[in-house]
Amino acid sequence: MAQVVLTGINKFYDGNVHAVKDVNLDIRDREFMVFVGPSGCGKTTTLRMIAGLEEISSGDIHIGPQRVNDLAPMDRDIAMVFQNYALYPHMSVFDNMAFGLKMRKFAKEEIRKRVQDASEILGIQQLLGRKPRQLSGGQRQRVALGRAIVRHPQVFLFDEPLSNLDAKLRVQMRVELKKLHQRLGTTAIYVTHDQVEAMTLGDRVVVMKDGVVQQVGEPLELYNAPATKFVAGFLGSPAMNFATVTVTERDGALRTVSEGLDIKVPSEAVERLRPHLGREVTLGIRPEDLDIASGADPQDFTFDALVEVVEKLGSEILLDLKVGRGAMVASVDPIVRVTFGDKLRMTLDPARLHFFDVQTEAAI
Amino acid sequence: MIEGAAWRRWIFFRIPLLLFILVLLFPFYWMVITTFRPDGELYRPWNARNYNPFWTWYPTLEHIRYLFAETQFATWLWNTMLIALASTAISLVCGVLAGYALARLNFPYAGSLGTGIFITYLVPQTLLFIPLSEIIRAYKLGDTPWSLILTYPTFLIPFCTWLMMGYFKAIPKELEECARIDGAARWQAMLYIVIPVAVPGILSAGIFAFTLSWNEFIYALVFLSSPAQKTVPVGVVSELIRGDVFFWGPLMAGALLGSIPVAIAYSFFVEHYVAGLTGSVKG
Repeated sequence: MAQVVLTGINKFYDGNVHAVKDVNLDIRDREFMVFVGPSGCGKTTTLRMIAGLEEISSGDIHIGPQRVNDLAPMDRDIAMVFQNYALYPHMSVFDNMAFGLKMRKFAKEEIRKRVQDASEILGIQQLLGRKPRQLSGGQRQRVALGRAIVRHPQVFLFDEPLSNLDAKLRVQMRVELKKLHQRLGTTAIYVTHDQVEAMTLGDRVVVMKDGVVQQVGEPLELYNAPATKFVAGFLGSPAMNFATVTVTERDGALRTVSEGLDIKVPSEAVERLRPHLGREVTLGIRPEDLDIASGADPQDFTFDALVEVVEKLGSEILLDLKVGRGAMVASVDPIVRVTFGDKLRMTLDPARLHFFDVQTEAAI
Repeated sequence: MIEGAAWRRWIFFRIPLLLFILVLLFPFYWMVITTFRPDGELYRPWNARNYNPFWTWYPTLEHIRYLFAETQFATWLWNTMLIALASTAISLVCGVLAGYALARLNFPYAGSLGTGIFITYLVPQTLLFIPLSEIIRAYKLGDTPWSLILTYPTFLIPFCTWLMMGYFKAIPKELEECARIDGAARWQAMLYIVIPVAVPGILSAGIFAFTLSWNEFIYALVFLSSPAQKTVPVGVVSELIRGDVFFWGPLMAGALLGSIPVAIAYSFFVEHYVAGLTGSVKG
């Protein structure tokens, strides 16, 4: 059990590609921390630096009280689960799980006991004699997990461990991983490009883009108060709607105006938006915060839209809307009857509006 | 597979395949039939009335007996086996280590070094034997098995290195990384994980190296002179062709017996060998 602290971590490849830029993170003991971001955002590189598989160009990594920059992977007391499982193909499941313990010169009895315990936790006792090629994808994933568990390491590192599984199995393994972490309580660092995995698994989530940490926080904190436009657009499915609007003042009230939109700035946002008066900002609103207006909705928070596509998902209906020249997606109740070409009056939840600077993309 | 009517399968698949097999196997057939055919039939002119080149009704073991009784064929076999095994072993050890280094250790100029090693393989032996014979003479190795055991690796090591490099590159890097996180030092990860996984590749490199040194002719011809030191290819040719007289029966018997060990080696390892060439490692 240990906390992992990254201080000013940078990674350069071949001297000029700056893959990870000045990352500072404090991963708490027993925490399940998820790194998420699009491919090439530096999340895997960061993980591999923690593992010791990649040199650190500058900065410090501490695991527990110890600075590990110069420690070999084997001396960092970590276990890693790889995307392609990396099971040793010539060894049985038992030997795969026992390998790390054998290398560390554990007694035979202790090895047997630990492998037995881990295989019970994962429900793979009956597979111990098999070779990896005789296992299904889900079983291989369990063996890879088991190999990590038997070592009782200070930190688990996961590098997109579920992305080779089919969709159904992925959901199932996701739940099991979460349970496993709750049971073992070992600090875990998990890399994924899947925002659903990040939101469901993480105690906290790190969103990265182009080697830069965009925001660190609990899943709902990131969802409800994204620090940048990128975080806002990356988390949530369907993604947040964005519209470029101009901040104007009319009848003593701030309004955000564009072609097709004329929304009053809610009172709690007025102070933040006043410095931007007369300039363009990006307005963001999540699909579930849009709805079809009834007569009672105030004019200040409604707009006209044209239905272009209706996607009936069952639990919700997604409406692809044309608003002015832009497009928006709204998630509405499955009971409403809408068809292609309908002209609708839409309403939005003023408390759930987000504003971003057009240049810096930071939240206002 | 060929789809469609039966005649299409015959025209585009079966008949061409049959022709192919015929062409490939005919020399072997000729070798076998000549080995067991008595001299009287072998030297019968083509326009004789009972001339029948493809079959014999009077098979004989006389040529094989001659080979073992009147020549030093048994010694040649033993020499060839010893030299082929020793040079294969040397080449495999060097090739596996060099191939691993070129594939995995990112040292400067690894890529160009790999290409350089490959280019040395392309230098023809018919040129190399001239400087090599100088070296052999300088170290007084002429007419000893060492002259071949130490010179065969000049073309076997590049070959093994190149083949193993490709094979190691096909093994997922994560296997090793995982082993190193699991507590293995680099050499342990190589010994316990990479090499066992690479066994099919090592076997095919070994078989190839063995075959190449078993069949090698020019170095053996140049560096060995006394009959007792010769290898099978050289011995058969130099002792059974006297002037312009070809002793076809013993010659073919020698060729047949000489090709048997290689055939056994191939058939024994054929599955590994195919896996090694197609280079598939599944996790």
